[in-house]
Amino acid sequence: MKIELKEISKSFGPVAANTKINLSVSSGETLGLLGENGAGKTTLMNVLTGLYKPDSGQVLIKGQQREFSNPRDAIKNGIGMVHQHFMLVPVFSVTENVILGNEPTTAVNRINLKEAREKVQNISSKYNLNVDPDELVERLPVGVQQRVEIIKILFRKAELLIFDEPTAVLTPQEVSDFFMIVNSLKNSGKAIIFITHKLHEVIQICDRINVLRRGEVVGEVNPKKTSNSELAELMVGRSVNLNTKRKKIDPGNVLLKVKNLQVISDKKEKVVSDVNLKLHEKEILGIAGVQGNGQTEFIEALTGLRKISSGEISYFDTNCTNFTPRKIHQMGIKHIPEDRQKQGLINEFSLTENIILNTYYEADFSKNISLNWNNARSEAARVMKQFDVRANSESSPAGNLSGGNQQKLVIGREMSRKINLLIASQPTRGVDVGSIEYIHSQIIAARNAGIGVLLNSTELEEIITLSDRIVVFFEGKIVAELPSNTDPKIIGLAMAGVVT
Amino acid sequence: MKKLVRSQQPINMTKAHGPLIAGSFLILLAIFVFILFGFGVEGEATFRLSRPSDPYALPNLVLPAENFIGIASLIIAFFGARLIVKTPKEYTVFFAISFFLAVAAFLVWATAGKSFSLTGMLQATVVRAVPIALAAMAGIMCERVAVINIGIEGMMLAGAFAGALFGSIFGSVLGLLIAITVGGVFGLILALLVVTFRVDQIIAGVAINILVLGLTSFFTSHLLKKNPHLNDATVFKAIQIPILAELPIIGPMLFRHNIFVYLAILIVFSTTFYLFKTAYGLRARAVGEHPKAAETLGISVIKTRFVNVIIGGMIAGFGGAWFTLGSVGRFDEGMTGGRGFIGLAAMIFGRWHPVGALLAALVFGFADSLQQKLAILRTPIPSEFLAMSPYIVTIIVVAGIVGSARPPQAIGKAYVKES
Repeated sequence: MKIELKEISKSFGPVAANTKINLSVSSGETLGLLGENGAGKTTLMNVLTGLYKPDSGQVLIKGQQREFSNPRDAIKNGIGMVHQHFMLVPVFSVTENVILGNEPTTAVNRINLKEAREKVQNISSKYNLNVDPDELVERLPVGVQQRVEIIKILFRKAELLIFDEPTAVLTPQEVSDFFMIVNSLKNSGKAIIFITHKLHEVIQICDRINVLRRGEVVGEVNPKKTSNSELAELMVGRSVNLNTKRKKIDPGNVLLKVKNLQVISDKKEKVVSDVNLKLHEKEILGIAGVQGNGQTEFIEALTGLRKISSGEISYFDTNCTNFTPRKIHQMGIKHIPEDRQKQGLINEFSLTENIILNTYYEADFSKNISLNWNNARSEAARVMKQFDVRANSESSPAGNLSGGNQQKLVIGREMSRKINLLIASQPTRGVDVGSIEYIHSQIIAARNAGIGVLLNSTELEEIITLSDRIVVFFEGKIVAELPSNTDPKIIGLAMAGVVT
Repeated sequence: MKKLVRSQQPINMTKAHGPLIAGSFLILLAIFVFILFGFGVEGEATFRLSRPSDPYALPNLVLPAENFIGIASLIIAFFGARLIVKTPKEYTVFFAISFFLAVAAFLVWATAGKSFSLTGMLQATVVRAVPIALAAMAGIMCERVAVINIGIEGMMLAGAFAGALFGSIFGSVLGLLIAITVGGVFGLILALLVVTFRVDQIIAGVAINILVLGLTSFFTSHLLKKNPHLNDATVFKAIQIPILAELPIIGPMLFRHNIFVYLAILIVFSTTFYLFKTAYGLRARAVGEHPKAAETLGISVIKTRFVNVIIGGMIAGFGGAWFTLGSVGRFDEGMTGGRGFIGLAAMIFGRWHPVGALLAALVFGFADSLQQKLAILRTPIPSEFLAMSPYIVTIIVVAGIVGSARPPQAIGKAYVKES
């Protein structure tokens, strides 16, 4: 089977997400689709799976033109997609999730659960997916949930499997398991499209690579004859410095001390327990771990957003356990939150308003009951200049900026004022390569200037590039503390809870 | 760059107060029961379990009031102490038993020296639970597909009005069918507003309530008051189920009712079957939990929501008809008296499960029938307070016990189909 996309264009209002895209994939082949966030990869795939209607262009299957008006049409034509954010109902069982929409039924529409279970079991064992059909999806680890998604599309007899950023949520071990699954699917005759922005992954797993930039295919590359830097250049459109330089310096005094910290989640579960760590001046301490292992709650506890149920945090030898976020901020601990849209910024507010969001009460910006907008505006202009935030003006809403510029705005706000300790959570998530470069250099510059940095990231590469020291979180505990030159495989194992 | 702003002393950490509060509450309840009901109560409370005409008559249940209330308050106090010392896992059971004992003590106190038909009250409980359970089923049908339906009260009122008017003209059976249709039409209106036009769901529901209230009072004063024959429908008669109706206690409670009670029970079980056993039900729940996932599998979120909300409206219309065709045969302004809202409370109390909601509706129905029957016993409690009891129970249940109930995840959110 061969699937071809011909001259596909799709715009949202004035924004062109896809412009005249051509690509094709055949059975027994893995096609890599490489591009930055916002390059139009997901839009293209939503066209292919019938979620979006293209403005122009054709989809050909076995040489015949097909039009998909909804996802059901695409499914009927053998196209299935594993979305970046899993399309699973958490309170349903594996079987229920798999059969949803194609349920085997008996009289009066009653679901034939026995038949459904058997089918799920068969697919699971045929492809070695090892999934329990009766377990509730919300109880499964992310890696297994992904396999449920795979079963879901195989159950619908998909011939083309599309994976959208499939490795974003996996540990390095789960990634290698996943690659084995992808290869065995390919060898059994399926066509596969693999969407990612990670260079080494496309080189490792794909037979052909198409690079997308600003909604256009800018090149087709043979993975055996390419390099990371060539791909990066194609993807970004200019040459990129992939290796951020970090000179070794000796750390200073202890800045932050965490003792036996314990934190309870919203669901009243112990999500952080017995965490002990020390952070020095002039040091970047990386927190590695798969998402959802207590890092988020740990950071929230440090920044005063979540109550600490027991343990102690001291900063410059002052006990600051359960201080309010404002107090912590005033003490020089600045926080780059993991979700800039939900916690870092107010999208509807202007850049100026966002800049003074946590300092509006200071003498610089407020006089009695009124705000000093002139000072606020000049502060915004200063931050925008210093941190390379590109926007029309300081009065345009933050929501209009690109991800990279939004992130630089947050970083600028936090780092341009009095600071001793920077807590950076996922500082480059969903940010373009140019901004990643810039943000990394800013973090290292801060550390060189004497600031202590606590870096929380689920991107292992980022942790290894930046950190002087690494702690690994697993199920709410620190399971390993490692020097920065540790073999990534060992860190990966620790992220899965295996400590040697 | 480096300057530390020194701060005050650390804020003290606090311990979990849950068990302490819950335990103290039960002990207070025990003291309350003892002082209020235990002091100065004399004689015996006689509960009649069957009528003399019943084929299998049970003897009366006679309880010495003082002893019973004393023992009940002791048990409640013991449970309270137990909760404070060590919180057992099944503490909700402790709560349930304690409340049961408190209500029993209250009944014994009110009945002391008199006699009271327990079976009659249980029968009334079932009858009173019918509109509440039906409102809850309507709510479940809507909320399971993530549409909040505040408008159930209005839909029921419309059903009640249509039942009375058309029941008087065309006879009860046709009147009932028209009432169901009217409920379905209001379901369609709600779906159009919130699914198609994405109006805020709360506002749309409130609008329906106000609209129906206005329309029905207008037609009551301009049509029904001037033409009394249009407000005089025949009430559905009770149907005795052979053999089962003869059983003591259970017979009068469950098997000597009119069609509304039997159909309500049928609706509860079919809703359960539909939601949890059929393919359509699975799709409906998926639409309520994760509409995008359903859409990617080719399920139409919009269509599913329309169908379920319209069916919910029809159930509400049927529940509304109970007030006229199943109860008094005539329509009065605002006669649903908030049962639609209590039904929503029952839905939450029952955790969006039809059977759970039915049990919750029985609790509310019990409170409702209690106030009705206690008026007969002439207790020193003002009747206004007794009339409040169903609503007080609602507040306690919704505020206290529900706590962690988990609604469908997409609830209240309009679905925007991307294209």
